[in-house]
Amino acid sequence: MNELREAQEKRLLKAWETPKGWRYWSEVNNTEVGVWYTATSLFFLLYAGVLALLMRIQLARPDGQFLDAETYNQIFTVHGSVMMFLFAIPIFESIAVIFLPQMLGARDLPFPRLSAFGYWCFLLGGIFLCGSLFFDAAPRGGWFMYPPLTSSYQDGIGADIWLLGFSFIEIAAIAAAVELIVGTLKCRPPGMRINLIPLYAWYVLVAAAMVLFAFPPLIAGSMLLEVERAFGWPFFDPARGGDPLLWQHLFWLFGHPEVYIIFLPSVALLAMIVPTFARRPIVGYTWIVLSAVGTGFLSFGLWVHHMYTTGLPGVSLALFSAASEAVAIPTGVQIFCLIATVAAGRRPGGSVPMLFTAGGLAVFVVGGLTGVMLALAPFDFQAHDTFFVVGHFHYVLIGGALFPIMAGLYYYFPLIDGKKLSDRLGRIAFWLMFAGFNVAFLPMHLSGMRGMPRRVFTYPAGLGFDELNLASSVGAFILAAGIAVITWDVLRPKRSEDVSERNPWGAGTLEWLPPLPPATWGVRSIPEIDSRYPLWDQPDFERHVDEGRFYLPDADEVRRETIVTTVIDARPVQCLQLPGPSFITHWAALTIGGFFIFGTFGLWKTALLSGAIGIGVVARWLWTGSAHIPARAEKDVGLGLSLPLYVSGPDSVGWWAVFITMLAVATATVSLLFGYFFYWTVNDDFPPRGAAGPGVFWPCLAAALLLGAWASTMLSRRLNRRDDARGFYAALTGAMALGIAGAAALLAGPWLTGLEPTNGVYPAIVWLLACWAGLHVLTGLIMQAYCLASRLAGRMTARHDMDLANTELFWHFAALTALATVAVIAGFPLAAR
Amino acid sequence: MSAPPESRESLWRLAISPTIWMAHFTLSYATAAVWCEKFAGPSAALGPARTAIALYTVAALAGIAYNGWDGRRRSRFGSGRLSLGFDTDEDRHRFLGFATLLLAALSAGATLYVAGAALAFGECR
Repeated sequence: MNELREAQEKRLLKAWETPKGWRYWSEVNNTEVGVWYTATSLFFLLYAGVLALLMRIQLARPDGQFLDAETYNQIFTVHGSVMMFLFAIPIFESIAVIFLPQMLGARDLPFPRLSAFGYWCFLLGGIFLCGSLFFDAAPRGGWFMYPPLTSSYQDGIGADIWLLGFSFIEIAAIAAAVELIVGTLKCRPPGMRINLIPLYAWYVLVAAAMVLFAFPPLIAGSMLLEVERAFGWPFFDPARGGDPLLWQHLFWLFGHPEVYIIFLPSVALLAMIVPTFARRPIVGYTWIVLSAVGTGFLSFGLWVHHMYTTGLPGVSLALFSAASEAVAIPTGVQIFCLIATVAAGRRPGGSVPMLFTAGGLAVFVVGGLTGVMLALAPFDFQAHDTFFVVGHFHYVLIGGALFPIMAGLYYYFPLIDGKKLSDRLGRIAFWLMFAGFNVAFLPMHLSGMRGMPRRVFTYPAGLGFDELNLASSVGAFILAAGIAVITWDVLRPKRSEDVSERNPWGAGTLEWLPPLPPATWGVRSIPEIDSRYPLWDQPDFERHVDEGRFYLPDADEVRRETIVTTVIDARPVQCLQLPGPSFITHWAALTIGGFFIFGTFGLWKTALLSGAIGIGVVARWLWTGSAHIPARAEKDVGLGLSLPLYVSGPDSVGWWAVFITMLAVATATVSLLFGYFFYWTVNDDFPPRGAAGPGVFWPCLAAALLLGAWASTMLSRRLNRRDDARGFYAALTGAMALGIAGAAALLAGPWLTGLEPTNGVYPAIVWLLACWAGLHVLTGLIMQAYCLASRLAGRMTARHDMDLANTELFWHFAALTALATVAVIAGFPLAAR
Repeated sequence: MSAPPESRESLWRLAISPTIWMAHFTLSYATAAVWCEKFAGPSAALGPARTAIALYTVAALAGIAYNGWDGRRRSRFGSGRLSLGFDTDEDRHRFLGFATLLLAALSAGATLYVAGAALAFGECR
């Protein structure tokens, strides 16, 4: 028996072996990629933290000479942007990449190469952005980049770096979100029903779904602003009918949910930590689910509270003020649940994770209460753009994210390194950070109330700001000292220390299942779950897992595998064979990144070439790494269960990934359509009376042709299912021909009616909508061509039609986008007249 | 009577009430913005926009109430112990029902907040 177990473990180790030497960097396993991702995010935290200290040196005394205004502008812009885009969001995704599979008893997430691709995009984009500061070329429009400052008054490439660099990183963030959603829904261990999943997974599900709907408006806005900067299409230029306020709407439609995208996964860490130390299950599991889901929804109704002073009608402000107050309800519910868990459980002592938990909650509550103040429009009119706001959001973000992440760092570090961090250093760090933070940021409320505006590089003496700013600067350095202690604690050599015992905190959830340090395979065998806290409730659980008595105890083909289950009851439906290490993700990140980076310098031809190569690289990645027809249909995964190795359609993880990605793309489409109607509300003459384009004929013809392409794509799938190869080729080729004709007709509308996009906002938005729909068609054509090649090469059969099912799904969305575009650009001018 | 199988459950039902809240919010905002910007002018009375928002509110609350009632019914499924955290079809069914009920209650409250704010205003500015 022992020999069998040893042989199984040997094969598992071989399958999950991390490459050696320089090939180490080709690894795609979540245990490696997640750690790189987290470490890089923490590096960016330190980088942006140093920038904060430079600002605090400058502001420590009146009439400071340490930095000039221009440098200061770059530094505060990069500080905010890096903290938000390169630390706060990535660290949520990176922590989830490491721990989510372990909490779900999965060997990995369903698309390991997508995680790796996301990481390399993040690293490349991050270096590009951070590096710009050293060439005096960094963005300097503030982290929210308002036009017309950034469209008409700032030369150089700073704003382009921001717009294109962050768009690139946001696409990577969406890719990670897709991975996390599909992982949570489809890669749970058998038996882990929807009412049993760890709260962390609920939070990740909600936050990742929010990424899908929050990031696209910003990507759409960035596209508009970059097109204005690069090609002169006047989306934000009032002289030609544009309006800078559209940027604010699109930015904050992203920006406010983003606060909760940062906060929810951080409080999720607390929802895992608190029950462990309270030695009891969380109080109010369903209430916490309510608050996570409820906050996720309500956070999309708050964005205008960042725009109270822009002159919008009072009734609009009232609507957003009401929603901003309402969101305090679910936010409060989860905090009360955490406090109730502590109160009802064993009184936890002052362990370092609990210190950071308690400190974080206290700080966050203060930030939340000043948030309620700022949600009231009359108060905001007074405090807007002052240091009061700076104090408020640092209380929210540092209390709601940084402290919980530090709690998580001390709690989860043994799962990374096998060893605990120092309790003594952790306590010192906590008190330095807690004291330093409050000394730094509490006075900012007062300096703001006294009228000190944010984003000024200096101030004259005697206005009542002097001592308050000095205190803030001293506090910032104390806070930084705390972070330095943690950095040392993480980096200091620990060779002489013993490896921590298994499950050192006595937790009840699955991530603490493996012996430390964890093996690369994740779990020895994928368990059957029947409790929210299996390590507490399921007898002999660890022994049974270790002995390989559950699912997939072996890797008989020496391949990386995990189990796919159903969404609600987690019934096993597939044994998913995962791709192994590869450098193709690096090439994909480099070439697609090239599009954005060359674009920044205005080298659009080179950028397009790089993007085209990127598409080729992705096609090769999919061709070599996905949808292979397995040698046998089913596989014995243990406990007498055989599972299929290949599934297509809604049972497959790939179908879900396309569906979820397309929800994000559809949100970008809605954002652009919102732009069209926004211009209608703010302009008296929109569409302009004399405008002939795009007319009705060409758009309607395009709609008919594209609906034909959609129908023909669906027909091709049915014919393929009947194994009618000739019919399949004819239908899919016909669909491609109709698609090309449809896209041409769509662009012919504005082209032949003489709409000149630089002349005014109406032609510009019509052209942009037509091009956006055309881009859908182009993507659909590439997918159709891929399917044709797949069938020709024998990679697709009547039953093995995953690629075709995904292409069909894509075309549902493409057809909807085309219809909506045509209805607006051809139909609305008729209705408006 | 046994709890329904997985094929008859849906996570989407959890999202119905918050989606109704979102639709109510978006429609109220769009109606007020379009009325004030395109038809009435900044200092004009809200008039028809207010009536429209009141109607949206009635419709939204009706939809949320139905979804909440459905959730409450499912949360009380079966007899005996009404647990939510065990590995049974019944607990999964009750959990989804109870989460639906809680989200409906939150959505109803948030809808009333928004409606109250809109209805308290007599004019655009």
